Amino acid sequence: MEKNTSQALRTLLAAIREKGMALVFLLAALVSILCVGLICVFLFANGIPAIREIGVPEFLLGRTWKPGNDIYGIFPMIVGSVYVTGGALLLGVPIALLTAVYLAYFCPDGLYRLLKPAVELLAGIPSVVYGFFGIVVLVPFVRTISEPLDGKGNSIATASILLAIMILPTIIGVVEPALRAVPRSYYEGALALGATHERSVYTAVVPAAGSGILAGIVLGVGRAMGETMAVIMVAGNQARMPKGIFQGIRTLTGNIVIEMGYAAGLHREALIATGVVLFAFILIINLAFSALKRRDAA
Amino acid sequence: MRSWKRWHRDARRHPLSALVSLITHLAALCTVLILGFLVAYILINGIPNLKPALFSLTYTSENQSMLPAILNTCTMTLLSLLLAVPVGVGASIYLTEYAPRGSRLVALVRLTTETLSGIPSIVYGLFGMLLFGNALHLGYSMLSGALTLAIMILPLIMRTTEEALCSVPDMYREGSFGLGAGRLRTTLCVVLPAAVPGILSGVILGVGRIVGETAALMYTSGTVEKIAGLMDSGITLSVHMYRQASEGLYTEQAYATAVVLLALVLMINLLASRLAGKITKGRQA
Repeated sequence: MEKNTSQALRTLLAAIREKGMALVFLLAALVSILCVGLICVFLFANGIPAIREIGVPEFLLGRTWKPGNDIYGIFPMIVGSVYVTGGALLLGVPIALLTAVYLAYFCPDGLYRLLKPAVELLAGIPSVVYGFFGIVVLVPFVRTISEPLDGKGNSIATASILLAIMILPTIIGVVEPALRAVPRSYYEGALALGATHERSVYTAVVPAAGSGILAGIVLGVGRAMGETMAVIMVAGNQARMPKGIFQGIRTLTGNIVIEMGYAAGLHREALIATGVVLFAFILIINLAFSALKRRDAA
Repeated sequence: MRSWKRWHRDARRHPLSALVSLITHLAALCTVLILGFLVAYILINGIPNLKPALFSLTYTSENQSMLPAILNTCTMTLLSLLLAVPVGVGASIYLTEYAPRGSRLVALVRLTTETLSGIPSIVYGLFGMLLFGNALHLGYSMLSGALTLAIMILPLIMRTTEEALCSVPDMYREGSFGLGAGRLRTTLCVVLPAAVPGILSGVILGVGRIVGETAALMYTSGTVEKIAGLMDSGITLSVHMYRQASEGLYTEQAYATAVVLLALVLMINLLASRLAGKITKGRQA
């Protein structure tokens, strides 16, 4: 009799433990939903009132940023982010795509075992180290080559070159698997029709990996737009409309980091609102990325 | 290896293909050269600047010691992992072992995790400052920094853990169920141990992100150059380096810090790829 009750008790305990831990795991899974919710709530709650106070068109399209006079227009920073990102794409995307093709279809196995970790290392280097490299190497370099044009070392061009280097591993990391995922028969079919190796790769395989390639580029855009420290170390950070590619510029990310340290009141809220705008940009880019990736998987 | 002569013949027959091949090779060479130049430049210029005085216990403006920052980085890494790993592993266990197939909740968790992994670090920094620093009154402290970073590396831990759990063969689970073990015991005693190398490689990648992070920490854990406790503000190595490099007064010291950071990242990457290699080998066996 006693044995029976203790048996029943043990089964009950086991059931509770099963259900309890299942609940714990479920709660852990809910954390990421909670985090995204909290980030949205806190950013929007702190940023939207400032945007409303300044006025949506004045804030987004205003061409002057003078916190001292309570003028908050972030249009120069939006343009700055777009220019720097565009420049990085222009320089980085061709190299990244060709490198990805090389890794997937041209690289001998022995070399691949060396190159793949090297590209991964490029992704792991902290952005301050990139920024420092920009300060000591790229800034003097750009200053020298742009001297006849009355250019500065800290400029859109410098930031674009640096960001182009930084997005290489991001794009390669997405595009190379996408190229490898193209069925081998595409390549073999083209070869069998008499195309050379290069022609088979570039006319049969690469187009088939189209949405994967696009996804890689979109991810690169996100990375370039969101990059903060490396960019503020080389971009010059003048809060004015860009005057040329060899002149300084400030990005959305830079605006937040540079002024948050001493800002108060509406100025501080305007900086948080800058974060909201950046966040909105990134959300759109991310949605595009996941949509592309899903199409790639389907 | 194609001989030079044969290459010459092919190139004459298909000049366009030869050109395309050349461009592809050049682009790859370009990537490798950039990486090689960057690493070599920093090592060559930095190693002579590594002086023992840079590793003394206290920081002064004359002696830019990086030891406090290194110790703070260790504290920060441990704290963030302590917060992120249990949650991340728990969440992945739910997604792979418990969740019913095609559940809406899983889709939502995936979407939010993907969103988290795309958010730039400065936005995390802003959010951490607003939530942990202001709303929860943690101020500038290691704890608010670690909480922020924990959220930042959560998607990374979840993705690698999920991959590791999925790669455990179903045979293991069936065997365990067949022996009468429950779901919990199967998960914790059979599936999880088999997935440990994969989880570890994710954790190591997370360590890499924590060590390299700057923007998310400037306004959460702050920039005080002291060995910090849980509730104190303390600078980490990357932030320390940013301060040195952007002030422009301590270029030599910044070089030294860059070497230490690069060395750390190199080690972390090597470890992670070793572990990842182990998993793929295990799978083939």
